[in-house]
Amino acid sequence: MTSVTFRSHDGSTVQVNGELGVSLMQTALSNGIDGIVGECGGSAMCATCHVYVDEAFVNLLPPMNDVENEMLECTVSTRRASSRLSCQIRLSRELEGLVVELPETQA
Amino acid sequence: MQLVEDHIRTLIAADIPIWDVDPYATEVLQTPEPYYTELREKGAFVYIPRYALLACGRYDETREVFSDWERFVSSRGVGLADFHVAKPWRAPSIVLEVDPPYHTRTRTVISRALSPRAVNDLKDAFAAKADALITELLDLGEFDAVDDLAEAFPVSVFPAAVGMREISKRMLVDYGAMAFNALGPENERRSKWLEKASEIVPWIMEQCKRESLSPGGFGATIYAAADADELTEEEAGMLVRSLLSAGIDTTVTGIGNTIWCLGRNPEQFEKLKRDPKLARPAFEEALRYTSPVHSFCRTASVDTTVGGVPISRDTKILCVLGAANLDERKWLNADRFDIERRPTGHLAFGVGIHGCVGQIVARAEAEAILTAIAQKVYSIDIIGEPVWRPNHAIHALDSMRVRFNRR
Repeated sequence: MTSVTFRSHDGSTVQVNGELGVSLMQTALSNGIDGIVGECGGSAMCATCHVYVDEAFVNLLPPMNDVENEMLECTVSTRRASSRLSCQIRLSRELEGLVVELPETQA
Repeated sequence: MQLVEDHIRTLIAADIPIWDVDPYATEVLQTPEPYYTELREKGAFVYIPRYALLACGRYDETREVFSDWERFVSSRGVGLADFHVAKPWRAPSIVLEVDPPYHTRTRTVISRALSPRAVNDLKDAFAAKADALITELLDLGEFDAVDDLAEAFPVSVFPAAVGMREISKRMLVDYGAMAFNALGPENERRSKWLEKASEIVPWIMEQCKRESLSPGGFGATIYAAADADELTEEEAGMLVRSLLSAGIDTTVTGIGNTIWCLGRNPEQFEKLKRDPKLARPAFEEALRYTSPVHSFCRTASVDTTVGGVPISRDTKILCVLGAANLDERKWLNADRFDIERRPTGHLAFGVGIHGCVGQIVARAEAEAILTAIAQKVYSIDIIGEPVWRPNHAIHALDSMRVRFNRR
């Protein structure tokens, strides 16, 4: 298990335990986190699972592919340097304690 | 090497069930649920002799075949014909029927044109059109949910968003229906639809030229990629045409099918009226429940196994998305339509690199029209029996008389 904290736009936080190897998007959905929609099911095709990753974890994530990069270019909430699609992040031991912020809106 | 329906006859392992069914028979296309159930029950893969191919309809295996673009390629055609051995009826789509790395280039350009932000800019316009249309339909009282609503709404917003100036509802809807029927076997239906090409294709070609399109639309974004040397001028034209072949008939079907679902399940419509924010989840559930794109093919590029079943190279595989979306192994009470289900992972838009590139627009259209319905309509009466329109890849209504009662 990996502990993950979701901080919503209004500042409230929820901490959950996610299964290793499962995507952050799926983890959010199975824990009923509002603010992650994940409509395309994890194909990096809808940009409704956009998150801002806490600085301490940005460099621990797998590199971004072209598709994710292009999608993030045109998300509804503004892209930042720490923006990622949570469907492209798989939970690992290295990510223990991961903190992500949720954007104001996904769609 | 023996060809059947323009693909290499599949050799089967002894333990794969053989099923003498015709997935393209009119009655199967109109009422596919019994076929879906039997397909799943027979096995993960079944061999269908009349078309010499494998079909799959259980969720896990269908998802695996459909999403693994390296082992199961799209470049050999997503219909029955294998482009390695047969000449396609038209130049294949340069996004649907190609593999990476070429696919990445074209796909990137279209996903930029149809991006979340581009679509977000259209939301108000979609909502205003939806509102006006539902007001009009309430005044009519009784109408055809296909012609007057499911076809009318996407045709009133999507071609304009592309930048089209001349809009013909019949041409646009039929263009998609023709392209999707072409994916099936060489039967009477396919020939009948391909005959329409001589009328439809030149019209579409003309409307999708750079100079025919207004600035600021999806089409202009695609032509801008040609200016930036990301695409050739010819490729840009092909991608704009892809928007129309893939973006009209599909959303028309999705919206029509959702009305069918809501009309038959008044308690679900009550939920939607109470909380119009359920418009998007309701559309997702209707997509899972009715699978507007019922099946697409892949071709095995290597000898491989899926779920322990050996599959030999060159095998055509019919991925029956409609069956996978109703698989009890994946979905609890799969045969129940429940707008609160949140069916993330359904295969109606596909999955992986070939997942529907227009899904953001499709959802925005559906959200607009379903929200207007939830706010203005008290109840939906289906009058008489709805009629389904058989198509080799699309499960759509042909006509459905409906009455909207005013709230």
